[in-house]
Amino acid sequence: MSNQDSNTDIPCEQQTVKFYQTGTFTVGNRLLDEGCRTVQATAERANSLDSGHRACQGCGQALGARYALDAAMRATDNKIIAANATGCLEVFTTPYPETAWSIPWVHSLFGNVAAVASGIAASLKAKGDTTTRVIAQGGDGGTTDIGFGCLSGMFDRNDDVLYICYDNGGYMNTGVQRSSATPPAARTATTMPVGDNPGSSFTTGKFLPAIAMAHEIPYVATASVHDLHDLERKVEKAMTFRGARYIQINVPCPLGWGSQPALTIKLSRMGVECGLVPLFEAENGKLTDSTKIRYRIPVEDYLKLQRRFAHVLKPQNTHQLDAIRKIAEDNIKRYNLV
Amino acid sequence: MLQQISGSIAVAEAVALCRPEVVPCYPITPQTHIVEHISTLVKSGQLKNCTYENVESEFASMSLCIGASAAGSRTYTATASQGLLFMMEAVYNASGLALPIVMTLGNRAIGAPINIWNDHSDAMSVRDAGWIQLFVESNQQALDVHIQAFKLAETLSLPVMVNMDGFILTHAITRVDMPTQEQVDQFLPPFIPRQKLDTEAPLSIGAMVGPDAFTEVRYLAHHKQKEALNIIEQQAAEFQGIFGRDSGGLIKSYYAEDAEIVFVAMGSVVGTMQELVEELREEGHSVGILSIRSFRPFPANAIDKALANTRHAIIFEKSFAVGMGGVLASEIHMATVANDIKISSVIGGLGGRTITKKSLRKIIESAMQDELDTEVFLDLEGTTVVRELRRQQEGQSSGPAAENILRDMGVVSASKTH
Ligand SMILES: Cc1ncc(C[n+]2csc(CCOP(=O)(O)OP(=O)(O)O)c2C)c(N)n1
Ligand code: SF4
Ligand SMILES: [Mg+2]
Repeated sequence: MSNQDSNTDIPCEQQTVKFYQTGTFTVGNRLLDEGCRTVQATAERANSLDSGHRACQGCGQALGARYALDAAMRATDNKIIAANATGCLEVFTTPYPETAWSIPWVHSLFGNVAAVASGIAASLKAKGDTTTRVIAQGGDGGTTDIGFGCLSGMFDRNDDVLYICYDNGGYMNTGVQRSSATPPAARTATTMPVGDNPGSSFTTGKFLPAIAMAHEIPYVATASVHDLHDLERKVEKAMTFRGARYIQINVPCPLGWGSQPALTIKLSRMGVECGLVPLFEAENGKLTDSTKIRYRIPVEDYLKLQRRFAHVLKPQNTHQLDAIRKIAEDNIKRYNLV
Repeated sequence: MLQQISGSIAVAEAVALCRPEVVPCYPITPQTHIVEHISTLVKSGQLKNCTYENVESEFASMSLCIGASAAGSRTYTATASQGLLFMMEAVYNASGLALPIVMTLGNRAIGAPINIWNDHSDAMSVRDAGWIQLFVESNQQALDVHIQAFKLAETLSLPVMVNMDGFILTHAITRVDMPTQEQVDQFLPPFIPRQKLDTEAPLSIGAMVGPDAFTEVRYLAHHKQKEALNIIEQQAAEFQGIFGRDSGGLIKSYYAEDAEIVFVAMGSVVGTMQELVEELREEGHSVGILSIRSFRPFPANAIDKALANTRHAIIFEKSFAVGMGGVLASEIHMATVANDIKISSVIGGLGGRTITKKSLRKIIESAMQDELDTEVFLDLEGTTVVRELRRQQEGQSSGPAAENILRDMGVVSASKTH
C-alpha cells in the first residue's frame, strides 16, 4: 500500500464522491488529497467534544459525536449550540464538575431534547440571530421512545434544528434494556435469550429515519461511524438546509452488543455491508441517494461478532436467522442498496 | 388606562407589556384565553420580537421554555391542572436549572374524576418543585403580579408561577387599570441572564451532579427562596411607587393583627371573605383575614407575626393532601408553633363548588362558639358519602364511586345502572 498523496487535483468541496481502496473494505480517506481528509487532530479542529470523557473503550457514540459536532462547527463557522438528552453521551461527557464539551451545551431531560432545542431556536429567532445554529442529540431510546412526541412536534413545526440520533440499539446508559430501536432477536437485559423466541421480539419496528421522512422535513440521512467522511459530509450538508433535519448514526456499543472494543469500526462497516444498516439520504420526504453495498456479506458474519446475537446462530433458532436475513433483503430493496 | 376586560385578557396584555421573547403554549381550560390572546398579539405584529410556538404538549411547552430561557430569552407560558402534571418533569427541571421562566397557572382541579373547574390541587401538586408560587385575589392583582413576576424571576434567576383562580378570575370581566408601556419599562429592565448558551463564551449547563455536591446545590435553591422573602416585599413596594397600587407582597392582612378569629386563605376566596368580615365586624365581632400571597417561599415569620394576637385561625384551602389533610393548615401550624393558636382546617371549593358567604358565616359562627372541628369539609353532602360507603360495604363490585354518586344525585340518568 502506498503512503503517497493521491493528488487527485480535485478541489476538496468537489471530492464528495466516496473512494474505496481497491480490493479492501476500507473507505477511502487515504485516497483523498491530504487537505480533504477526515483527520483526528489538527490545530483547526474545534474539538467540540474534547478528551477526558468517560466513554467505554471502543464507544461508537463518542466517536460519532466528536465527528458530527466538529463537522457542524466547521460548517457554521463555530456557531453551534447543542442540547443533549439524558443517556450515555450526556453522562460520560459531563461528570460533575467536569465537562468534555467546549461548545455551549445544555442537558435538560431524557424525553425533551427536541423541544429544548426548539426553544433555543425560538430564542435565536426572536433575537434575529441567523448565524448561530442548533443541534439536538440523543440516543435511540431518547429519540424513538420517550422523546418521540417532542421530536415529531419539532419536525411538524419545521424548527431550525438538526437532530442527531446515536443509535446503539438499546438503553445502554441504564444497563442495556430494550428500546424500540433494538434489533429483533437481540439480547438485552429485558429481552433475555430465553423461551421460544429468545431475545427482542420481532415487532413491526419503529425505524425513525422513515418516520422523519414521512414528516417531509428538508433533510434526513443515516450514517455509520466506519465512514467518518460520509458522516461529516452528511452533517455539513444538513447545515446547508434551514428547518428540521434528522441524522441517525449507527454507533456500535461494545458493552451493550457484547463485542470487542477493537471491532467497533469493523462492526459499523459490517452492519452496512450485510444490509441491516441502510445508509441513505432523503430530501423533503424523498429518497435522494443511498450508499451501495460494495461487498455484500452474510448477516451471520455480522451477528457472530456480537454476544447479543449468540443464540440466533444456534441450530434451534434458524427461524430467527431467516427472519433477520429477510430484514436485510427488504432493506436492500427498499433503499436500493445494490 | 381603565379597561373592562376578562382576567385572561388582562394577564395576556400585561405579559405582552413585559416584552416576552419566546412564548410556547398548549391549550387547556381555563387558561386558553390567555394563550389565544398572546398568539394574536404576536401574529398581528403588536407584540414584536417574540416567537410564539404552538407546541404538541405541555411537556414540550415547558421544555421549549427551558431551551429559550437557557439561550437568554425572556420566556413565558401558561397552563393548568392536567397540563401542569403533564409537564411535571420539566417543571422541576426548570427550577433545578435556575431558569427565570414565568408561568400562569389558571388554577383548576386535578382528575380523576376529570373536572375543569377551580380549586388549588394543581398548585399544591408542585409545592416542592422549587418554583416561586404567588397567589392573586383579583384580576387587577393578577395583572400587576405578572409584571412583578418577571422582575422577581430575573432578579433571583428562579422560575415564578402566578396562580389565578380558574373561571372565577380568568373568565370574570372586571375593571382593571392597564399600565402603560413606559411604566412597565421603568419597573422591568431588560433581561440579563445569569447563565446563557453563548457561542462566544461556551458553558455546559445541566451536568450530572453526584452525592458530593447535590446537597449544596439543593440547599442553595432553598437559600434563594429565602432571599426571595425580602425581594418580594421590596419589589412590591417599588411597584407601588411606580404604579400606585398595593399588589403582591408576601401576605396581606385584613384586620388580622386585631382579630380573635382569623381566616387564612389564598386567592380569590379572600374577596368573598372580605365582604363577610366587613359585615361581621360591623356586628361587633373580632374577625379578620390573612391572605397568603406568596406560598413559595412560605413567609413563616410574617405569618407568625400577623397571627400573634389571634386566638383561633381558620385555614381555608381549596385542596388537601389525601390521607393527611390541609397542607396550608399544617404549614401555618408549623409557622405559629410558638404561639398558642387554635387551628382549624377547612377544605372547600373543590372542583369549583361555590363558596358562599352563608357557608363561611356558619364556619365562623361555630368558631365563635368554640364548636368548630379541627378538620371540616365545607358543605359536604354527608348522606351521599354514607350511601356510597354502604354500597361499597355491601359488595366488592360496587362500581365506580364517582358515577354512583352522580346517579344518587340525579345528575346521570337513573336508567344507567352498573
Ligand atoms: C423520564 C426518565 N425515564 C427514564 C430514565 C432513565 N434513563 C436514563 S438514560 C436511559 C437510557 C438511554 O438510552 P438511549 O437514549 O438509547 O441512550 P444510550 O444511553 O443508549 O446512548 C434511561 C432509560 C430517565 N433518566 N428519565
Ligand atoms: S455503554 Fe455503550 S454507548 Fe455507553 S459509553 Fe459504553 S460503549 Fe458507549
Ligand atoms: Mg441507545
